[in-house]
Amino acid sequence: MLSIEDLRVEVEGREILHHVDLEINQGETHVLFGPNGSGKTTLLMATMGFPDYQITGGKILFKRKDITHMPLNERAALGIGLSFQRPPTIKGVKMRQMLEICGKGDKNVESMAHSLDFDEFLDRDLNDGFSGGEIKRSELLQLMAQNPDFLLLDEPESGVDLENIALIGKVIEKLLEREVGLHKGKSHKELKRERKKAGLIITHTGYILDYLDADFGHVIIAGEKCCDGNPREMLKTIKEQGYDECVRCCGLNESVLSKQKIESE
Amino acid sequence: MGTNQEEKKALAKEAKDKLATYGTDINLEDFSPETDEHPYQEDLSTFSLSDQEQMLKAGVDLSSKNRSGTFVQKDHSVVHCSATQQGMEIMDIDQAREKYDWLHDYWGKAVPVNMDKYTARAELHQEHGYFIRSLPGAKSIYPLQACLYLEEDNLSQDVHNIVIAEEGSELHIITGCATGPHVKSGLHVGVSEFYIKKGAKLTFTMIHNWAEGVAVRPRSATIVEEGGVFLSNYMCMQPVGTLQTYPVAYLVGEGATALYNSILIATPGSEIDVGARVFLKAKNTRSEIISRAITTGGKIIARGHIIGEVPGIKAHLECKGLILSDEGIIHAIPELEGHRKDVDLSHEAAVGKIAQEEIEYLMARGLSQEEATATIVRGFLHVDIEGLPPELKAEMDKAVEISEKSLL
Repeated sequence: MLSIEDLRVEVEGREILHHVDLEINQGETHVLFGPNGSGKTTLLMATMGFPDYQITGGKILFKRKDITHMPLNERAALGIGLSFQRPPTIKGVKMRQMLEICGKGDKNVESMAHSLDFDEFLDRDLNDGFSGGEIKRSELLQLMAQNPDFLLLDEPESGVDLENIALIGKVIEKLLEREVGLHKGKSHKELKRERKKAGLIITHTGYILDYLDADFGHVIIAGEKCCDGNPREMLKTIKEQGYDECVRCCGLNESVLSKQKIESE
Repeated sequence: MGTNQEEKKALAKEAKDKLATYGTDINLEDFSPETDEHPYQEDLSTFSLSDQEQMLKAGVDLSSKNRSGTFVQKDHSVVHCSATQQGMEIMDIDQAREKYDWLHDYWGKAVPVNMDKYTARAELHQEHGYFIRSLPGAKSIYPLQACLYLEEDNLSQDVHNIVIAEEGSELHIITGCATGPHVKSGLHVGVSEFYIKKGAKLTFTMIHNWAEGVAVRPRSATIVEEGGVFLSNYMCMQPVGTLQTYPVAYLVGEGATALYNSILIATPGSEIDVGARVFLKAKNTRSEIISRAITTGGKIIARGHIIGEVPGIKAHLECKGLILSDEGIIHAIPELEGHRKDVDLSHEAAVGKIAQEEIEYLMARGLSQEEATATIVRGFLHVDIEGLPPELKAEMDKAVEISEKSLL
């Protein structure tokens, strides 16, 4: 579904991603790990098509179309949706109106909002005075209305209190068609085979994996993807031994992390 | 004519060359002071279609049943005046002066006749204007509407309006100022005085729809008594030559409130200098001044001045400007003046272009760049106004919609 080949991305004249390859098939959910400033967000933003993230080499194919230089809104129309980490506030544009934009007007805004316990935000200005957790719910609600085939989620659990994290996990599960046991008469295997949605999730803490299963994990360090594998195994290693182990394991120079730390500061 | 009136005329004569504090000086001699009278039109449907259309753009709906009264002045003639609700009065100010002797006490009380050459002009050359009053305890079901229309080219129209909301009444007014399709230049000088009595509420929505070469110098002031509420919405979103106005509210009674909202759009060649000034003179008075300005090439000065004279008052000023063209200028001048230690005054001003980040956010949700820009601009012009009747909200939304088309 999404195929990233030898991708190089520059931000403000500095190359952040170097020769990244990534392949995500229909029905798959992938998780992206990496220390701060490693280029995870850059990969998501470049995939969505933000002009500040300039693609200087390689290509991105989505549904077999070359979207490397396609404008943002056309990528959205093709079925890519992104949850923003820090979305801007837009005064005078109501949450309700944004959901109508996302859903092209033919979605039941009220009931969707209700499912995320977000009813009372519908007539508020978009993101105006929203807390961290409210931002996350607002973003997921927009994605729910947009209903994209491919989801890019940037740390969906950050800033969310424990009470809401399960709710958020459930919604993401639903967006990715990974709910368990809801479809009568169909075996899990069948459901899995029929699954159309796919996604790429950045997680820093890994908490979201307590509520959601992922198929593959990747580690990005200093702009290079250096590891692919089982996401839970990766998370366990990172939790216990930190990214130093990834650096060692991937045979990278150990100065990479400290150098990157300095740059990201 | 009483002595009082003669005195006012004398004061006006002395001030007839007195320069205004703000705005380009206008040579009053450039405009013709005389014109023919227009016939009175009892039936609103007899207005020409083009007149109706122009007035509609200024929120004055001649076909509408959702109005409690209508006043139309064309050039120097009152061509229609009717009220349909008990307790609401709407009439030619000159008739009102004949009918009510006490009206002289209000005349020139809020806006001094010798404030500048324009108030002097209105005093010395006044041709009608409207008088609107809600009787004690009366509440207008639908808004009353008044239209000041310039049909003749290069004419000077000088009016004096007085609005009184008597004790405990509630009055909603929409006034539209518009020009006929052939008007290229002209001068409109309007003195407007608002008196809001104890516990009364007045919402005053004014939509200006002038032409490119028209000079506009409204002079207005409001006196709000105990517990009274004044809510002013002003919109000028169509081309105008030069427009300068700085309405003032005096909150003299305990708990009085004044809220000003203005939405301004300056197209190339338009020069708009609009503000609001509020004196908080009594305990627990409250005020808010909000302005939204967009330039597509013209110049806007957005002023605001809040003067807190007694303890325990609260007021806020908000000026936001969006510059959509490098030819345009927005100059926000917010002023806060506290005279006691226990006052709560604040302001917020921001001038700039549309944030790229906001456009990209909407594009990521599927809108094109143009659609995203339009959505943000529409949001910028959309101000939630508490206490505004739905008919007036609808007129404001309509005016925004019309202006949007020319904006983008």
